[in-house]
Amino acid sequence: MKSVKIIVPFLLTFSLLSFSSCGFQSDELLVDDEEFGLEGSPRHRSPETVLTRSPPVTRKRHSDLDSDSKIQFSLDHAFGDSDFSPAGTFSARLKTWSHGGQSLTKLRFSRNSFTDEDKEKFKNLLKSDDFYRIRLPSNVLSPPGRDFVISSVKARCLPREGLDEHFVIHMEGVNVLAVNYGSPGSCPYPRNLKFPAKWSFNSHTVLKNSEQAPRAPVFTEEILGGENAEGEVVQPPERSFWAKYWMYLIPLGLIVMNAVTQAMNMPEEQATGQVPAQGQPSAGAVQRGPSSAARRR
Amino acid sequence: MAIRSFFVPFLLLVLWFYSSLSPVLSLYEDQVGLMDWHQQYIGKVKQAVFSTQKTGRRRVIVSTEENVIASLDLRHGEIFWRHLLGSNDVIDGIDIGLGKYVITLSSGGSILRSWNLPDGQMVWESFLQGPKHSKSLLLLPKHEIDCINVVQTNLKIEKDNVIVVFSNDRLHAVSCIDGEVLWKKDFETESFETQQVIQPPGSDLIYVVGFAASSQFEMYQINARNGELLKHESAIFSSGFLRELSLVSSETVVALDSTGSILLTISFQNGEISFQQTPISNIVEDSSGPAVIIPSSVPGIFAIKINSVTIFIRVIGKGKLEVVEKLNQETAVSNALPISESQQAFALVQHAGSEIHLVAKLAHDWDANLLKESIKMDQQRGIPHKVFINNYIRTDRSHGFRLLIVMEDHSLLLLQQGAIVWSREDGLASIIDVTASELPVERDGVSVAKVEHNLFEWLKGHMLKLKGTLMLASPEDVAAIQSMRLKSSEKSKMARDHNGFRKLLIVLTRAGKLFALHTGDGHIVWSHLLHKSEACQSPVGLNLYQWQVPHHHALDENPSVLVISRCGPSSDAPGVLSFVDTYTGKELNSLSLDHAVVQVIPLPHTDSTEQRLHLLIDSDKHAHLYPKTSEALGIFKREFSNIYWYSVEDHNSIIKGHALKCKCTGEVADEFCFDARDLWSVVFPSESEKITATVTRKLNEMVHTQAKVMADQDVMYKYISRNLLFVATVAPKGSGEIGSVTPEESWLVAYLIDIVTGRILYRVTHHGAQGPVHAVFSENWVVYHFFNLRAHRYEMSVIEIYDQSRADNKDVWKLVLGKHNLTSRISLFSRPEVITKSQSYFFTHSVKAIAVTSTAKGITSKQLLIGTIGDQVLALDKRFLDPRRSVNPTQAEKEEGIIPLTDSLPIIPQSYVTHALRVEGLRGIITVPAKLESTTLVFAHGVDLFFTQLAPSRTYDSLTEDFSYALLLITIVALVAAIFVTWRLSERKELQDKWR
Repeated sequence: MKSVKIIVPFLLTFSLLSFSSCGFQSDELLVDDEEFGLEGSPRHRSPETVLTRSPPVTRKRHSDLDSDSKIQFSLDHAFGDSDFSPAGTFSARLKTWSHGGQSLTKLRFSRNSFTDEDKEKFKNLLKSDDFYRIRLPSNVLSPPGRDFVISSVKARCLPREGLDEHFVIHMEGVNVLAVNYGSPGSCPYPRNLKFPAKWSFNSHTVLKNSEQAPRAPVFTEEILGGENAEGEVVQPPERSFWAKYWMYLIPLGLIVMNAVTQAMNMPEEQATGQVPAQGQPSAGAVQRGPSSAARRR
Repeated sequence: MAIRSFFVPFLLLVLWFYSSLSPVLSLYEDQVGLMDWHQQYIGKVKQAVFSTQKTGRRRVIVSTEENVIASLDLRHGEIFWRHLLGSNDVIDGIDIGLGKYVITLSSGGSILRSWNLPDGQMVWESFLQGPKHSKSLLLLPKHEIDCINVVQTNLKIEKDNVIVVFSNDRLHAVSCIDGEVLWKKDFETESFETQQVIQPPGSDLIYVVGFAASSQFEMYQINARNGELLKHESAIFSSGFLRELSLVSSETVVALDSTGSILLTISFQNGEISFQQTPISNIVEDSSGPAVIIPSSVPGIFAIKINSVTIFIRVIGKGKLEVVEKLNQETAVSNALPISESQQAFALVQHAGSEIHLVAKLAHDWDANLLKESIKMDQQRGIPHKVFINNYIRTDRSHGFRLLIVMEDHSLLLLQQGAIVWSREDGLASIIDVTASELPVERDGVSVAKVEHNLFEWLKGHMLKLKGTLMLASPEDVAAIQSMRLKSSEKSKMARDHNGFRKLLIVLTRAGKLFALHTGDGHIVWSHLLHKSEACQSPVGLNLYQWQVPHHHALDENPSVLVISRCGPSSDAPGVLSFVDTYTGKELNSLSLDHAVVQVIPLPHTDSTEQRLHLLIDSDKHAHLYPKTSEALGIFKREFSNIYWYSVEDHNSIIKGHALKCKCTGEVADEFCFDARDLWSVVFPSESEKITATVTRKLNEMVHTQAKVMADQDVMYKYISRNLLFVATVAPKGSGEIGSVTPEESWLVAYLIDIVTGRILYRVTHHGAQGPVHAVFSENWVVYHFFNLRAHRYEMSVIEIYDQSRADNKDVWKLVLGKHNLTSRISLFSRPEVITKSQSYFFTHSVKAIAVTSTAKGITSKQLLIGTIGDQVLALDKRFLDPRRSVNPTQAEKEEGIIPLTDSLPIIPQSYVTHALRVEGLRGIITVPAKLESTTLVFAHGVDLFFTQLAPSRTYDSLTEDFSYALLLITIVALVAAIFVTWRLSERKELQDKWR
C-alpha cells in the first residue's frame, strides 16, 4: 500500500500518479533532483530575482518536453478576508492517455515574491493570528472550472527560517478536487508570534491521485481448508524448547536445587563433627523419649 | 435486578463463571420481552373502508401514508394483519370487493392487487399498463394521482364482479376474481385529465369526466359491459377551471372557475353538457378570497372552503344553489354512507377547544341530526383531519353510528356512543428524531408496599419464584412466573435506576408531536403537540437536541430538549425553537425566529444552568448563538476562534469549511449574530462524482483509550479527532438502481476529510462499486456498505486511521521520564502524519441502516448494528471488520482476538437483536449508553418500534437476571454451618486428646 509521500526538505519532489477511470493506474514517481529542486524554492535567490529568473527556466524545460500539452494555472492568495490576488503559477505537462483519460505530470511551481504591501498585510495577519488563504481553479483546462478550491492556514504556522509552505493537490483527471495547504511540519497550538527572517517562500508541492481500494479477498473452500490444515501441522515445531518442556524442566530444576542444597549441607555436617555422628541416633532416642512420655501423661 | 459486585472478589468469581456460561448475544425463549419491547403501528390513515359482511368480527381496512394496508379490529383497534408496501409503491386507493377481497391500487395506478380479507393473503396481482402516448401524464405525478379512481361496480359480466380502474390514461375493467383485464379503453384527446369516473347505480354506463387543456370540459359515456365508447361530448368554458370537481349526483358535478369565485354546476344528463354559473358572492354574503372545493361525495351537497370558513351548499333542482350551513371551526366531512335504499348519511366533525362535536346527518335532510355528540378530546391531539363513518344496528333496531377519526397528530380513534372506544398513536410510525433523557431521581416515600400492591400478592410471588427455582412449578406456575417477570413494576418505575437502564426516549414525529417513551415497557409517559403560534400556523418538526442536561450544579432543574421546527415547507422558511421539559412534557418556551435554520451545531460548552450553547446557521450563512444570554456570549467569545464547521452542498457536490468572522453587519445590531467566512472548499468534479453519504462521529461518544496494543507488543495510536468527516461519492451515472450501469462506468470514492482545515486525509476508489452507501463512524474507524457490481455482491469496507505523530512514544523510558508528547495539545494545522488500514468483506444483506453500540466509558468492545432488508437488526462484532485480519494469524494475533481472514462476514442467526420480531419499515437505529459500562440500550424505529438492551462483551460487571441468589445464600449458609460444625468437632477432639 502506498503511504503518504514524504518530502525531503529542500528538495522539491515531483510526483506523478496517473489517473484512469478504467482501472489502470500507474504509480510512477518522478523525482528530479537538482535542476527541479531549484525550481520554486527560491531560497538560494534574492526575492527580487525570482520573477525574472523563473520564466526562462520553465521555457527551457518545456521546449525539451512536449510543448503543446503544456498548461499553466495560477495560484491566488488572500490575506484574511481580503480579495484574492495572483500569487504564483503552476505549470505542468498534460498527458493524454490512449484511452482518453488525462492527467498532469511534472508539476512545477513558481511563486511570486511578496511585495512590500503584501509583507505588511502578512505581518498584520501574524499579529492578529488570522488566516492566510489560497485558491486554485477546480479545472486546470478551463479555469476556474465550477468553482475555486480554497484552502487556508493560520498565518502563524508558516514562518520558520523563511516562509515554509506545503501544497497537496488532490487531482481527478484534470480536475482539482481539493488543495491542502499548510506548513510542512507541525504547528503547535499556542501559536507564537514570529516574523520570518527572510521573506521568501520555500514551497513543497505534492500531486495526489486516488488510491485503489484493496479487493475483498476471494477464497474457495478447498484453499481455505487446505491452508488451515497445513497451518496447524506447521505450527507445533515453531514452539521453543522451553515452551514445550517447561513442565518437566521446572520440577527438574527444583530437584537439582534441592539436591545441591543437600549436597552443600552434607559436607558441612560431616565437617562439624565426626564424633556426634556416631551418637546421633542415641541422642535422637533420648530426645524423643521425654516428649512421648509427656504425651502419655 | 443486577448488583454491582466488583467489590466482592468471591462474587466476581461466581460472576465470571456465570457470564462465561450464558451467551448474551442470543436469548432464551423465556427471556423474550424481559428487556425488550416491540410496538406495531400503521401510520396516518389515508383511507378507511369498513367491512360490511356480517360474518366474522367487524373489521376496518385502512391504507396509510406509510404505505401500509391493514385490517384493524373495530372493537379494540388491534391489527389483524397488515402489509407494508415499498416506499416506491404508494397506495392510491383501496376498496373491498365481493365482501371478502381487499382491492388495492398502488404505484401510480399501475399495480392492482387483491388480498383475502380474513387473513391478508394476496389473491392476485395485475399490472395495468397505460398507452404510450400517456407518457406526458407520467411526467406529472401529482396530476397522475389526482386522476386515479377506483370505482367499484356491481356489474355482472359473465357473473363476474368488475373493478374499473382509470390509470395511466387508460380505463381498465378488471375481474375481481382473478385480476384479469376484461377490457380497456384509451382516450385519444390530447392533454385530457380525468377527474371523475362515475357509474350511475343500476346502469350499464360509465361516465368519465375531466378537463382538456384548461378550459374544456370533456365527458365520455362508455358501455360498462365491453368498454365501447357510446358518446363523447365536450364543452368550453372560457375562463377555465380549477382542477377539483365535486360530485353532487351521478349526472351532476360542481367545479370552480380559475379565479375561485364562480361556482359552475355541470350536468351531463343524457349526454348533454350544460353549465350553470353562480358567483359565490351571490349566495354567500361576506365572502372574500378564492374558494377551494373540499372533496366529498355526499349526494346533493358539496362543501367549499373560503379562508378558514367551511360552507356547505345544496344543489336544488337545475343549477340552483343554496347555502345550508357555515362553519367557522376546523371541520372534516366524511363520505356518504348508504343506510337504506334511498337514504345516505354522512358525518361532520368539528373541533372546538377541548371538545370535538360530532354530527351525523342525512344527505337530503340537513336540519335533522341522526347523531349529535360532544366528546372531550386531549388538546395534544390537535384538530381532526379525517373522518370515516360506519353504521350498525342498535339493540333497539335503530341505526347507530360509529366514527373513525384521524387527528392532526396522526392518531386514529374510534368514537361510538359519545365515548372514545379505542385510540392508536399512529404518529409513532413516522419518527423523525430521537434523543434520550434521564428520569427523575427517586424521591423518598415510595415504599415497598406501594410498589407491591399488598403483602399477600408479594408473598405469593415469592412462593412462586421459590417453586420455580426448586423446579417444583407446574406449567401454569411457570406461565404465572413469566408474566410476573414481564410485568415487574420495577421495570416501568418512573425513577432513575442504579444501572441507568430506565430512561425516557424523547421522539419527534412527522406530525410535529413529541412523545416520551419509557424504556422499561415502552409506554407513553407524556406527549406534546408542537405549539402553534400566530406567526407560525404549521410548524414542521425537524430535529431534537438536548438543551439542558443538569447533572452537576443544577440538579434541581428538570432536563429539557430543544425542538427545531420550520414554519412551512420550503427550506428557507423561518425557524421555530421550542424548549420542552422532559419530565413533564410542558413547553417551557417557544421562539419564533426571524431567520431560517439550515444547520444546528451543538457546541461543547454549557452555561452555569447547564444549558448547552447552540449555533444555528441560517440560509445566508450567518451564525446565531442560542441561548441569547450575556453569559453564553461570554463563554462563546472565549472559544470564538476555535469554532469551525462545514456545509455540504449536495446538489452541486461541494463541501465547504467555515469559521466565524465578526458580528453581523446587517441593518439590525444583533450581538448574537455572527458572519461566517469560507476557509476551505472541496469541489468534486460534477461529471465523475456525486455525494451520496456524509457521516461524522457521534458528538457524545466516549473513547476509553487512544492506544491500541498490537500482538507484537507494539502500540498504535488511534487518530481520534471529532473533526473527521467521511464522505462517499459515486459516479453520477451509477446513482440509480443497482444494475442500471456496467461496472466500468460506476465507481465509489471514499474520503476522510478534516473539517477544520479541509485536508483530505485519505481517499480511496472502489471501481465497479455502486451505492446506496450506508456508513457509520466511530472512534478511529469507518465502516461503509455498498454494492460491488463485479462480484455481484454487497460489500462492507472498513477504514481505520492511526496517528503516526505519537508513534515514537513507545519507549517506556520516555514515558517514565516524561519526555513524551501524549499530553501536548494537538493542532490540526500541523501536517498530519496518519496511516490508514482498510479491508473489504462481502456481506449477504442489503442494509437499511447501520449504527454502532455506545457505552458509558467506551471500554466495552463495539458491535455494529445492521438494519437488514428483512427489517431486523443484526449485531455484528467489530472484530469481524478488522483490517488486520489475515489468512494465517500468528498465535499472538489469535490471542489478541484477530479472526482468520474470510471473504465474507458471517451472519449468525442467534445474533439478531430483534430475535423473532420484525421492525417493519426500519429507518433508524439509535444506541444510548446505560450507566452500567457493559450495557447499551438500542432503539430501532420504522413503522414499528423496538427497544432492547445489549451487552456486546457480555455483562461482565453485573450478575445476570437468572443468577440464583438462593443457591448462593444456601452455599454461604452451608459453609458457615460447616465451619461451625468442624470447629466444634476439632475443639472436642483436641479436648479429648488433652484428657488422654
